[in-house]
Amino acid sequence: MKKLLSFILFFLVGSTLYAGGYRVSIQGQKQLAMGHTGVAVISSAESLFFNPASMSFLDGKMNVSIGASAIFGETRFENKEFGIAENTDNPLGTPANLYVTYKANDWLSFGLGVYTPYGSSVEWNKDWAGSHLVNNIDLKAIFIQPTIAIKISEKLSIGGGPIYANGSVEFNKNLNRNLTDTDGNRSNVTVEEKGISAWGYTLGVMIKPTEKLNVGFNYRSKISMKVEGGDADFQNIPDDFFNPATGAQLNFSDGKFDAELPMPAEITVGLSYEFCDKFLFAFDYNFAQWSEYEALTVVFDNDAGTSTSPRNYKDAETFRFGLQYKAHKKFTVRTGIYFDESPVQDGYFAPETPRNDSVGYTAGLSFNVNDKLSIDASFLYLHFDEIDNSYDHYQENGQNVPFAGTYKSSVIAPGLGLSYKL
Amino acid sequence: MKNIKYIAIMALGLVACEPELDNSVEDAEFYSSGNADFSRFVSVGNSLTAGFTDGTVYRLGQQNSFPNILAGQFAKAGGGIFTQPLVNDNVGGLLLNGTVSDLARNRVVLAESEFGIVGPASIEGVPTTEISNRLTGSFNNMGVPSVKSYEVAESGFGALSNVNTFTAPAYYSRFASSDTASILDDAMAQNPTFFTFWIGSNDVLLYALDGGAGVDQLGNSDTSSYEEEDITDPTVFTEKYTAALATMTAGGAKGIVCNLPSVTDIPYFTTVPYAPLDPTNPDFGPQIPTLNGIFGQLNQVYAFLGVPERSIVFSQTAPSAVVIRDETLVDLSAQISAVLMASPTFPAFVQSLGLPPGTESIAANLLGATYGQTRQTNANDMLVLPSSGVIGTVNNASVAGLMSQNIPQALAIQFSIEGVTYPLEDKWVLLPMEQTLVANAQASYNATISALAAADDNIVFIDMQAFLNQLNNGGIGYDAGVVTSTYASGGGFSLDGTHPTARGYALIANIMIDEINSSFNATIPKVNPGYYPTVYID
Repeated sequence: MKKLLSFILFFLVGSTLYAGGYRVSIQGQKQLAMGHTGVAVISSAESLFFNPASMSFLDGKMNVSIGASAIFGETRFENKEFGIAENTDNPLGTPANLYVTYKANDWLSFGLGVYTPYGSSVEWNKDWAGSHLVNNIDLKAIFIQPTIAIKISEKLSIGGGPIYANGSVEFNKNLNRNLTDTDGNRSNVTVEEKGISAWGYTLGVMIKPTEKLNVGFNYRSKISMKVEGGDADFQNIPDDFFNPATGAQLNFSDGKFDAELPMPAEITVGLSYEFCDKFLFAFDYNFAQWSEYEALTVVFDNDAGTSTSPRNYKDAETFRFGLQYKAHKKFTVRTGIYFDESPVQDGYFAPETPRNDSVGYTAGLSFNVNDKLSIDASFLYLHFDEIDNSYDHYQENGQNVPFAGTYKSSVIAPGLGLSYKL
Repeated sequence: MKNIKYIAIMALGLVACEPELDNSVEDAEFYSSGNADFSRFVSVGNSLTAGFTDGTVYRLGQQNSFPNILAGQFAKAGGGIFTQPLVNDNVGGLLLNGTVSDLARNRVVLAESEFGIVGPASIEGVPTTEISNRLTGSFNNMGVPSVKSYEVAESGFGALSNVNTFTAPAYYSRFASSDTASILDDAMAQNPTFFTFWIGSNDVLLYALDGGAGVDQLGNSDTSSYEEEDITDPTVFTEKYTAALATMTAGGAKGIVCNLPSVTDIPYFTTVPYAPLDPTNPDFGPQIPTLNGIFGQLNQVYAFLGVPERSIVFSQTAPSAVVIRDETLVDLSAQISAVLMASPTFPAFVQSLGLPPGTESIAANLLGATYGQTRQTNANDMLVLPSSGVIGTVNNASVAGLMSQNIPQALAIQFSIEGVTYPLEDKWVLLPMEQTLVANAQASYNATISALAAADDNIVFIDMQAFLNQLNNGGIGYDAGVVTSTYASGGGFSLDGTHPTARGYALIANIMIDEINSSFNATIPKVNPGYYPTVYID
């Protein structure tokens, strides 16, 4: 088995490394420990997220999984030309999830999932070198997914359900690189909105060609978070602020803003294979349509007008590999690796989501308290290589002013959960 | 058991999460000081070293002084702490014994006037920096606004008793180590390993700023007889500068010296055009026929006296030159009065002005006295920046003077319009002859500076004259545009028209870093001028 895994690792590390944007792939402790595979894994209530069709094949009448992780993520930025060195001071991220499944009868199952698949909490030192792009950003979204699954045969099930998303955003940046009030306080704007709601859906198919092999497919629709009339708070704007070209006074008083942030559609296909009784191997391939995210456009209702920050994301793939070993009646151990491609393209590397390609190393174990209850621990280390990149689409005086440097990020996320089977 | 494991993992997470670069700019050897040593860096100079900008010294300006910017970059290559004699506030100005001193001004910002026009204006607020409240400790930035070459080594220069009518002691007194110290003593007491020495501008600039109202002291070596707005004798300059620089280098320190940018190339002298009177201005345009009628009488007199070049004519279609008093002209007051009195048409002219019969001799004398030494400006004259706030306004002293001679108020006002009917005084204009004196003195000073710098390998020479030429001719590019010397909008010069903005100082620091790197084999990183502000808006 080890040989097989190392072979796959060797094969893949050599090719492109792969994730990204503001997607946080921590939707279940058991599955995270297996490289966040799961589209073809039938294990616990967590499966409801990875593939709604899998509910049909779960053991037990009712399954419950609950869990959370603590994300310690930091980014280092340096610029050698000017001797700049900065570290983020990100607050702890805490993605959490709750899944409940219920088998109404032999062919019909119901479920409910509550989880947090998107979020970004990046906090740079106020007024740092990239403060004209971002001082801090905090995106949060919670998804609620009522789900239904139908077992068509012993070898095939389908499932799906609507997704209700509720999110919030807070984003602060300086207006440019040098505007201040007369005391030198940098002019900045905070946009903030809570309770942004949107709808989407998920669909899944689970096929069991043999006793040991599962094949799964899952489609998650795009969900677009639209802000209309959020609060825009302008700070430290000069009282007599005017347009130097025309001499006209500019109104930068506090007001409202409109914006839209896409959470892209995702397609996942994968398989799982049981071997030597105690082992389970899983592979997922994710394809996320990040190319939806062309620009962050914020429309203000004062003279700040429309601020367009091109993002030009590309579609991104993720390859996930997981392995589970039932070592003991009381213990199940898991490990995994994934190669996460960043949707961020060269020249669009903005410090608000400083994500380049990464490799996730995962591990975890379940302690089976009894036949019904298990405690699931997970651990993720997300490795980013150093990257020299820039954001070239910020404008001052009508010309593009690149913000370039070397970035290095690092993420560690320990997590804990409980699974209950009735 | 699980809890312990969880806590252990959390702790691991906290420790292992700090991302580090393989080759960090914070590594000790990343940037090199080469064969220079920045551990004790001291700057000696005038307002340009102090971070003076927008007409005064204020905190933000000091934080963006070129020595402070340099020190920030030196710190990446072994540089030590850099202290500055920070003032109290961002208002600028000084207090002397609790009273606002007229030796310093409030800072100039762009503000909206009561008429809704945005323009330069003094910031509101009361200065809080007390001259007599002497700071303790030593200061790496020994820049003293207004100081001249012969004053840097003057003992007791900062004594409070010396703070009377001159500006420089007022600034130095705040942070002098004692009443007997000199600026140079206080600098050398810090045993500098590296220095900047940029002195001499005020030896000629203060004369020019005042429109050449002072005296060229060429040949007079007795500096105790100099006034603040005089030109220093170049022989005195060479002697004092040579001695001061020898002191700076005596301890083996390496450093930078700068020559003096061409004084008359700064926006203070290049912003107000010689012909600023706009015929489309509703306060001026409609008056032009009347004015030309009045001056027509005078122009005939000029023609009769053989000085037709002094004729005063205002155009109704193009901007006109202003009327100035030129003290280099022969004074023809008496002749003008006499010719007017002899003219058979003069009584009718006087009556046309609304004056009663019998006032001809008063009118003739007044016209002679006012226009006896005047002419309109031409392209060779330089109107100083503050003249823009004076031209076209009513000179109240003139109105009072005329009314005391029984001239009706309306007529008195009509003959007291600055630059139109009331000739601008000497201080508002730098005449060609005065410009020549300025240029000669400056050329001589610069020859001294470059010769001394060339003779010492430990000294890097910075050509600030070339820097200003560049700002004047196309500007200096940075990542979001071009910095030029254009007043208010060019980005290089602050609202006083004389001193750089923070961005201008950043450019100066970068030029110095380039020279340090090439001369001392160092690798100090530059700063990005785009991050430095230009003019401030209220």
